[in-house]
Parts: sequence; C-alpha cells; structure tokens
Amino acid sequence: MSAIVHRPLGGKVVTKPFLILGLFVLIAAYFIARRFLFGMGDVSNMNNGFPIGTWVVLDVVIGTAFGCGGFAMALLIYIFNRNVYHPLMRPALLGGVFGYTLGGLAVMVDLGRYWHAFHLLMPWYAQPNSVILEVGLCVMAYITVLWLEFWPAFLERMPLGFKQRYGLDKLQAFLKRYMYVLVALGVLLPTMHQSSLGTVLLILGHKLPPLWNTQWLPLLFLSSALAMGYGVVMLEATLVNRAFNTPSEVTLFARLSRVAAGLLIGFSVLRWADLLHRGQLGAAFAGDLNGNLFLIESVLFIAPVFVLLSARRWSQRWQFIGATCILAAGSLYRLDSYLITLEPGNGWTYFPSAPELLITIGIVCLEIMLYLLFIKTLPVLHGGAAEPHGRPS
Amino acid sequence: MSLSRREFLRGAAGAVATAAASVADASAPFAPRENKPLPPKAIGMLYDSTQCIGCKACVSACKDANGMPVEQPQALGGWNEGTWDTAEDLSGKTLNVIRVYQNGTLAQKDHEVNGYAFVKRHCLHCLDPSCVSVCPVSAMQKNPITGIVTHDPDACIGCRYCVLGCPFNVPHYQFDEALGQISKCQFCHHLLKDNPLFSDDMAETAHASASATELWKNSRIPACCDVCPTGASLFGWVTDLQAEAQKRLALKPGEMYDFPRGLLGGDRAPNAAPVGQYRPHIYGEKESGGTQVRYLSGIPHEKLGLPKLPDHSSAAVTEGVQHTIYKGLIAPIALLGGLVMLARRSAKSGAEAEKDTEAKKEEDRPT
Repeated sequence: MSAIVHRPLGGKVVTKPFLILGLFVLIAAYFIARRFLFGMGDVSNMNNGFPIGTWVVLDVVIGTAFGCGGFAMALLIYIFNRNVYHPLMRPALLGGVFGYTLGGLAVMVDLGRYWHAFHLLMPWYAQPNSVILEVGLCVMAYITVLWLEFWPAFLERMPLGFKQRYGLDKLQAFLKRYMYVLVALGVLLPTMHQSSLGTVLLILGHKLPPLWNTQWLPLLFLSSALAMGYGVVMLEATLVNRAFNTPSEVTLFARLSRVAAGLLIGFSVLRWADLLHRGQLGAAFAGDLNGNLFLIESVLFIAPVFVLLSARRWSQRWQFIGATCILAAGSLYRLDSYLITLEPGNGWTYFPSAPELLITIGIVCLEIMLYLLFIKTLPVLHGGAAEPHGRPS
Repeated sequence: MSLSRREFLRGAAGAVATAAASVADASAPFAPRENKPLPPKAIGMLYDSTQCIGCKACVSACKDANGMPVEQPQALGGWNEGTWDTAEDLSGKTLNVIRVYQNGTLAQKDHEVNGYAFVKRHCLHCLDPSCVSVCPVSAMQKNPITGIVTHDPDACIGCRYCVLGCPFNVPHYQFDEALGQISKCQFCHHLLKDNPLFSDDMAETAHASASATELWKNSRIPACCDVCPTGASLFGWVTDLQAEAQKRLALKPGEMYDFPRGLLGGDRAPNAAPVGQYRPHIYGEKESGGTQVRYLSGIPHEKLGLPKLPDHSSAAVTEGVQHTIYKGLIAPIALLGGLVMLARRSAKSGAEAEKDTEAKKEEDRPT
C-alpha cells in the first residue's frame, strides 16, 4: 500500500462485547456439531421445496455482498485511480477477508455431501455450464486473493530480523511489486461471481415471480453488491470511529457517497425500465405481499440517494443512516429473490428454525470478533496521529 | 500497447450503452440457447390418470426395486411391524408416489368438481434438464442414447441446486440423514442393464433390428410399469408413447379400448377398459423444453401438481445468458487485461506519492 501509515489499534482484545460474541460462536459451534452428527434436518427447517435456507442466503449471498467493501474500494482506488480513498482500503479489505472466508465456512456447513467438496476443484468432475461451479471456483479464488492482498499487514508487523531470516522480506517486496495483479484479480473475480449470484436464480423459472425474474439479474446483483460494498465501508468506518475514537473519515465519505448514489440510481433505473418493458408494472402495485416487498425494496434503494446527494452527506449521522439503508436494500433484495418470494409449489413452506438462525448468527459474530482482533493487533486502520483529521460534528 | 484510461472507460461506457439499448430492444437481452432434441433411443413412460386405480403397486414395487425404506407417520410406526408404506409425496426415501386430487363429495373419478383423480409423481427425464445444467460436479447426467437422467452420489457434493432448479420438484435430498444423498427416479436403469441397448457397442444394432419385445426379453422394465395392473403406467420408446397418447386422445370417451400393459409393443395381454374423458393436452411433450414422460388426465394437469410451464427449459435461459457473457472466456480475459493495466498505473502513481512521504512513513512506523 502506498503513503498511508497503518497502525494496530492496540488495547485489550478480550473485552465484554468480545466475550458475548464468543458465547454466540459457542452456541453456533454446538449446533454445527449436531448438524454433522445427526444431519441437517436436526437443526434446520430446510426442506425439498426450499432446499437452500439462511446458511446460503444470509451467510453467502448477503454475507459476501457485505464483503464487497474491498472489491468496491479497489475498483475506485486502483482502477479509477482515486488515491484519496486509500486510507479506507485496508479496513475494507479486512471486512472482505472475513465476509468471504466465513461465507466459505457456511458453505461447508451447508453442503450435504461436504466430504466431496474437493470435487469442485477436480477438472474431470467440472460441469462447465454450471453457474454454481463458476461461483464456487470464483469465490475460492477470491478468498485466496483477499488473504494475499491482506498479507502485507502481517508482514509489516513482523520484526525485520525475523523476516530476513525466513526470506519474508523478499516476499513482502514481491507482493508489493506485483500487488497490481492481485488488485486486478480482486476486481475481476467479484465482478464475475457477484453477477453470477444473480444468474443462479434464472434456473428457477416459474418458481421465481416475474418482479424478480429478469435476465438482467446478473447486472442487478453486481451493481447492488458494489453499492453495498460502499455502504459497508461507510458503516464499518463509522462504527470503528465511534467505538475507538479514531480519526473521522467524514470528508472522504462525503465524496464517496456520490459514487454510491450513482450506483443506486443506475440500479433503480435499470430495474424499473426492465419492469416497464416486460409489462410487469402492475405486479409492483398489486398490493399483495410480493408487490409490497418490491416497493419496500425500491424505496430502500432510492431513499439513500436523497441523503447521499444532499448536504446531509457531510454529517456522520446521515452517512450512517444512508449506509444502513443501502445495506438493508441490498439484503432485502437478496432475501426476497432467494427465499421470501420463492414459489416451489406443492404446498412447500419455509421459515428458519432457531438453531439454524443461531448458526448463521454465530458465524457473523465470529466475523466481528476476528475483525476486532485484527484491527487491534495488526496495522489495518490508518494511524492519523501525525495528521489529525476533523472530528465529527 | 497503451490503451489510455479514457479509451478504456469509453469502451466500458459503450458496452453499458449497448446493454441499455438492448433493454429497449427486447425484454430478453440474451437469447435462450436452443432446446435439446430427443435422444436417439429415448425411453419413457406414459401415465394415464384415467386408467389409474390408485393401488400403489407401483410405489411398493419401486421401493423394492430401488432398496428404499418405507415411510410412515410415527403413529403408525408399530403397525403391522412397520411394513405399511404411507409415503405422501416424493422424498429422500420415495422415488415414485401416487397422489390423489380430491374435490367436494368425491363422487366421481376424474372429475374436477366433486371428484377425484390420481397422479403418479416421479422424474420426467427432461430433454434439457435443469438439474444437469446446474450441477457443478457432473453428478447429474443425461444418457445421450436413452435419455435417462441419472445421479451419481459418489460425485455429488450435496449443494442441492438440482432440488431448487427442477421445475417438477423431483430430486430430493435426505435432510434427516447425517450423510444424506440426493434421491431421484432413474427409470430403474439398474434393471435395464441386461438390455443390449445399454451395452455401448450394441446400441446401434439393438434399435435397428429388434422389435421391442425382442429387445426387452432379456431385461426387466422399470418396476412401476412392470407391476401396473391396468396399464396406467406404460413403458416404451418415447416416440411410440407419444403416438399412443395421440391415439387415445382421438378415441371416443366411454368406448372400449385395449390398453397395453407393461411394455408398449410387448407381448403382455392388454387391459380392456372404457376410454377416459381426456383433457386435450399431452403433458410432458413440450413442457420445459420437452420430457420423456407423457401424462394424460381427465382433469386439468395443474390440479395434479403438474405446473404450467413454458416450451423452453430454464436451463436454456440460464445457459443463454451465461454463454453470452462468458463466451470463450473472452470478456473476462479482456477485462482482466484492462484491469491489470489500470491497476499498475495507479500503483505507480501511488508509489511516486509514497516516495515523497517515505521518510515520514519510516518515522511513524510502529515498533
């Protein structure tokens, strides 16, 4: 990374919130053990009408969209050369590292024949038409890229003598020199799999209502994932800033908010134009559950635009509200299209069981714990002591 | 090779504009790929709901033939030493099931109002199966000669996208097993193995010369059709079954007809019965791009849990989109090239900025 000074936050790692999060992780571990001993039916309400449930939809589909901070910032900083945002890069990357890695963990819990998971990597099993194969390979590759991109944070922390003894200083130089290749991959791979997470839904055919079932799903999923990426960077930074009294990034976010707003506008225009063209506008205003969900989504997607483009974007509070709104919009969009509006027929219904949700919650808690551990012990956040930034008003 | 950032962005903007323009052109920006043809020696079934008496002989024969356990509600677990199978629908333990449509007083069979009707549920062996298209590890396969859609649990990773993608909700995962697997009807392909059709080199000769009877004399046919007492479930070549279905639709309701049993064209004695009052639709011929099973019914097919479907498979739509975006991986590779170039430039300009502050950075570095 360039001229940015990153510093470990320091402070006690094992705090009260940390322990509470740990409790949820333990509860999840208990139910995960039960899932492997007695089968998925023991802890989950998934059934053959709704064969994928919260583990995939919350932890993978929504979870990796939350992990798009690194993707979104890399696109802005390295591809569009907006160096001003550089201080935001590494924390965003760390969010991506955990969002994706733990999404991968959730997949291992969810796979019905997990001991065959390595078949995904065996070319002789590959089925090239499968969108799921593409998503799986892409996500695995991206997890690797994310960790490699994050490696410098570990290396910077190591004593120079130690690095020299094991040749790690050369690795550090190598990574630094060819970081641009990793960065490019780190933009390409999420572009591919975040759009493919939309393509996956096309196979549902009549099971997915027309309000959601469009051939533009790949682009809609990609653009909303990017918007969520900017949203999550704003949210994370605001929370960290409030919790640990770090320098505020309000000014940077006021600029970033215009990018996010542009994406939201693009998404909404595409979605409504497509709806109009397919003659499904009536379905949106039908007043039934699906229509109303669609309208709620649309409001959530558009409302932040009014925050992000107005003078309110200079206030940390409004930034926080705008970011939350984007994340809610993207999450509801994914939840609706993957689960809530799904009509498998034959009387199938689904509502997640408590143990099933506790596994999902535990995985998210683990993610937050690791994030806290990392920002406290590794140089992730940029240390602004040398150049004090403005405090939030 | 210096494509400037501006040019790259202009190109990208152009692509977006083209995409936007095609929204205006058509609601389907990506053409679905073509449906797939009937395999050369396609085998299939014809199920005639009006001839089904609901005896469930096919359900128990299926369990026997495939070694599947009985299913029953807990209250009935002890009854008759647990031998009574009361499967209500397809499941991880039931590959074939008879369900009943009921309405009002149930006075008359095959009547939509105040009547009832049976339906047999199992895999339709689509011509363009969604389950095969979504499977990441080729566990679902469609046999190129017979068209049987098979499942290989030794390849399967259990992602269950075949369950999600199937328009008929056929593949089922065993959620109550620690090491569950996907279950689906495979046309008893293990019983058909002795048929010359299934030995690779014999396939050609098998169809060219032999009559159906001769071809199947050494092998069994799928268990459900084998035991069906009325011929409601009939096995045979898909083309013959289609002709048979058309023939039945042309018959006069109430008139006596010799319904073939077991194998269409086989030597089993037919079942003479009155022709049903058919709905004028052969379900399975065109649904979801065509299947190898045909359904005749006296009541609307969707009342039997057979959904109304378009004439193309969702697999064709998905692959149409996917193949357009990823054609020969050209787009991703070109994109990667552009990204590497731009990232490199940014890294360089970043490094220059860094040099200016290098000294300061060293001072600030935590020790």
